[in-house]
Amino acid sequence: MEFFQLTIDGEIVTDIDVRLSYNHRGMEKIAESLQFDQIPFLVSRICGICSASHPLAYVQAVEELAGITPPDRALYVRTIINELERIHSHILWVGLAGHFIGYDTVFMWAWKYREPVLDLLEEITGNRNNYGNVKIGGCREDIPDEIKPKIIAELDKIATKMEMLTKAILDDPVLHARLKGIGVLKKEDAINYCVTGPTARASGVDIDVRRDDPYAAYSMLNWNVITQPQGDVFAKAVVRLLETFESIKIVKEALVKLPKGPVAIEVKEIPAGEGCGRAEAPRGETFHYVRSDGGNRPVRHKMRAPSYVNVPSFKASCLGGNIADVTITLAAVDPCYSCTERLAVVNDRNGKILHDYETLLKLSREKTEKIKKELL
Amino acid sequence: MDRDQLTESLTKIKNELIKVEKTVDSRLYLVCESLNAHKVSNFIFKTLGCRFVTATAIDSFHYYEVLYHFSHDQTGTVLTVKALIRDRENPSIESIAQFIPGAQWIEREMHDLMGIEFRNHPDMRRLILADDWPQGVYPLRKKTKDEKVS
Amino acid sequence: MSLSAKAVKKSPWVFHVNTGACNNCDIEIVDLLTPRFDVERFGIKLVGSPRHADALLVTGVVTAQAAPRLKKVYNQTAKPCVVFAIGACACGTGIFHTGYHVVGPVDKIIKEIDPNAIIAYVPGCPPKPEAIISGVVKALSIL
Repeated sequence: MEFFQLTIDGEIVTDIDVRLSYNHRGMEKIAESLQFDQIPFLVSRICGICSASHPLAYVQAVEELAGITPPDRALYVRTIINELERIHSHILWVGLAGHFIGYDTVFMWAWKYREPVLDLLEEITGNRNNYGNVKIGGCREDIPDEIKPKIIAELDKIATKMEMLTKAILDDPVLHARLKGIGVLKKEDAINYCVTGPTARASGVDIDVRRDDPYAAYSMLNWNVITQPQGDVFAKAVVRLLETFESIKIVKEALVKLPKGPVAIEVKEIPAGEGCGRAEAPRGETFHYVRSDGGNRPVRHKMRAPSYVNVPSFKASCLGGNIADVTITLAAVDPCYSCTERLAVVNDRNGKILHDYETLLKLSREKTEKIKKELL
Repeated sequence: MDRDQLTESLTKIKNELIKVEKTVDSRLYLVCESLNAHKVSNFIFKTLGCRFVTATAIDSFHYYEVLYHFSHDQTGTVLTVKALIRDRENPSIESIAQFIPGAQWIEREMHDLMGIEFRNHPDMRRLILADDWPQGVYPLRKKTKDEKVS
Repeated sequence: MSLSAKAVKKSPWVFHVNTGACNNCDIEIVDLLTPRFDVERFGIKLVGSPRHADALLVTGVVTAQAAPRLKKVYNQTAKPCVVFAIGACACGTGIFHTGYHVVGPVDKIIKEIDPNAIIAYVPGCPPKPEAIISGVVKALSIL
């Protein structure tokens, strides 16, 4: 959760700042008092919708440090769980984006079609979120063969619905007028602010950890990295929509190729050393650095969520824009849901607090209405 | 540029480095004195075109360490600049946020939690600790007890 | 039962407060509005200001920075109101109890300003939307 503060001159945003700290729980310090195998449960709760990526990145850091190679079946199971997470996270974002610009039907529709994915994850791992499915050396739970046809059937249904939604979005002239050219993050700014994930790929920066520094089973499967050059909110929507289809493809192929064998190996000790692990979360690269001195607990555990580098890019994408576009521009980097809840706008000239989140949301939706009337 | 060429190019800054450690093929650690970290990071970001990922501050009892992690996306290599800050009384290092806007937040965070000064940081303000958190208390330092704010 | 308590029971308007959560509980709360759960058919409505609310849905451990805000929101909410601590973090700080920046849980902070506050607990990590609905309905039927 963050507290954004905008400075405006008339209707144009001249400055933007953010106050963090509301969400700071001191996880890195807590990790130093936990044992290595307890930490996946801690880091899963850094962010609710990247809750498969953080433990995976951490576990990979420790496996690198200790020279552990999990069995092939574990690599495929990890891939399947992480891609299922990406699917429901991207659909969630589409719904929220719809809500911010006044397309509440999209919101209801998208969140309804997210539910089957959460049901599948609950059936496989035991929880809709916070799966707790990775451990050092492999996975805690296996994907039983009996459930494979069900996963494929559900994904086929979702693909059909998403095709309809994607076509509706890509063909809608109101959405083109509303979102194209809005909140543009230029490629050079994307590089200077070191953004990752769909935020980077929608600005033409061709990076994806799954391809660049392959982990789990990604190098053994066929899929594409989606990029768009424009850098605006529309481009970010296109990237996320198309990535959802790639994820469905990955899961189906992984289920077919799922090798037989154990899903974990036994790990006795973690030696002294250091390791870096990373995973491509729905929002971008999660990075974990772990240092051990041979004991039961890490000496240091650094955790970096993708939003940490994506959110500051608002300096480049919001300035000079209209206040009616602020909520959707901020939402376009897909920060955690509660982030854009707290917004205050200050008038440049006399420092008075003018608007709040409710007003900014209203302005955003009114702009969409205006465009609708002009076009139709 | 492939991984061999990447390793070869590091010879251009060999005078600034104490040593280069490789834990696995895709992970390089460039150890240097804190005084040279600025130049090394600049070389990695500007000349080699690597992406800045994040930074880790570590209290290693005899010195502080600031690890600047960079990613060479073409080869999937993580290059970590390991800067050793030997002055434990007044730990400080030149800020890399001067040429990498993406490093601004993490340097502010390391200042909050480890008490390291980042010289010439464009916008050094409290980032991550509460407004009423006492000055001079750095939670990530090893000698600080786990005290809750009450 | 008093008239205002009866009104609360019939169709509670709820205001959501995040005091330092990982967002899972928050997403499950927003999920309540979506077609599968659709709490609006029970008259439960998510409102945009605490002044219109009968109940607070509080998520998160209550960090040092969020505590003053939680107290302010509670003071702004018209009484009687029920504070729902949603999730393991809000109920008892969960795995974050040793965190240096954690001052919660929710009941400790609320009771600092109102020792007689009505607090209901819905544990889970995150609690499923069904559990949240069940918890809210159960609490309101007791009051």
